Amino acid sequence: MLQEVVYCGVCTFPPEYCEFTGKLKRCKVWLKENHSDLYEKLYGDEEVGDKEVSGVAKNLADSSIGEEREEKLEKDLKRLQTKQENREQRELAKKLSSKVVIKREARTKRKFIVAISGLEVFEVDMKKLAKTFASKFATGCSVSKNAEKKDEVVIQGDVLEEVQKHIKGMLEEKGLKDVKMEIIDSAKKKKQPEGAEGAPATNGKK
Amino acid sequence: MFRKFTKEDIHSRSKVKSSVQRNLKSKLVSQFPQLEEVIDELIQKKSQIELIKCEDKIQLYTVDGEVYFFQQFDELIPTLKLIHKYPQAFPTIQVDRGAIKFVLSGANIMCPGLTSPGARLPETPGYEKDSIIIINAENKEHALAVGKLLMSTDDIASINKGHGVEMIHHLGDPLWNFNID
Ligand SMILES: [Zn+2]
Repeated sequence: MLQEVVYCGVCTFPPEYCEFTGKLKRCKVWLKENHSDLYEKLYGDEEVGDKEVSGVAKNLADSSIGEEREEKLEKDLKRLQTKQENREQRELAKKLSSKVVIKREARTKRKFIVAISGLEVFEVDMKKLAKTFASKFATGCSVSKNAEKKDEVVIQGDVLEEVQKHIKGMLEEKGLKDVKMEIIDSAKKKKQPEGAEGAPATNGKK
Repeated sequence: MFRKFTKEDIHSRSKVKSSVQRNLKSKLVSQFPQLEEVIDELIQKKSQIELIKCEDKIQLYTVDGEVYFFQQFDELIPTLKLIHKYPQAFPTIQVDRGAIKFVLSGANIMCPGLTSPGARLPETPGYEKDSIIIINAENKEHALAVGKLLMSTDDIASINKGHGVEMIHHLGDPLWNFNID
């Protein structure tokens, strides 16, 4: 007989491992609402005290590694979690405040290149991305250093809009929705700060 | 193995022919004989296995949209999603509670985490070096990782030093979070 395993709706792990994900508080709420029997089994004993992380208390009692080490482990784990959360927040803020620049340039009268810069903050593997674009648009695509000595992905071809769409989708997949994108279309002589809210507000204040 | 895996690593997707599907099923059973009882329930006749070819010659196999096993070389390796459905079919070792967070961070498992009182290894003659094993944890019901033995379980117990298990796949890694659609 095959087993049907419940996975946590918050952290996706089997609930017995929620205590290691740094999301325990939300995990417990979810479990209580959705699988109260399992909740009872994992955290039943602690109901009375209703302390935050004492679900571990039960495990503690049966643990082989001794109370002292457990406690230290618990502290380490918490410290690690806060650290991780803080770091994640900082990184997210950094990501949301940076922008991707997509630039179209004329090579000859009818040939264009599109260059994308500003991706390094988003942990994008640019070589892989270049490969993806090369096969997606059946064209040449490479990673090279731009004037500011930063990596940029350069695509041969007039694919500005497609690239914009792809990058947007890729960032959204990473959970980054409102990343600014600056579109520079030098082939048209005109700057189009599309999507970017860089324009100063005209409310008179300075 | 999947530390840096992303969708960009996918090269191609294709439906597997029914003859190949049969071969894959019998290969799984030959590697893990106890799967025989449930293999037709696990991968039903009407299910469609899809092959996803990825960077570094990694091939993922999905059954009805969920990755069930994968291979890089000849050997098929089950994912945790598959293992959780029928854990008794796979060779298993257990780490102590202290090792859990390291395992979940993707680290290889050191021998002492497999020999302490909370850990468990099979009796001699245990599993050979290079066996694919699943990893449980002290006081836990479900597996949290899949690995490959860097030394035999007997050597792990007697030498008790250094890396005992190479980490392949664990709860929370990109393969665990992988969603094809
Ligand atoms: Zn959870």
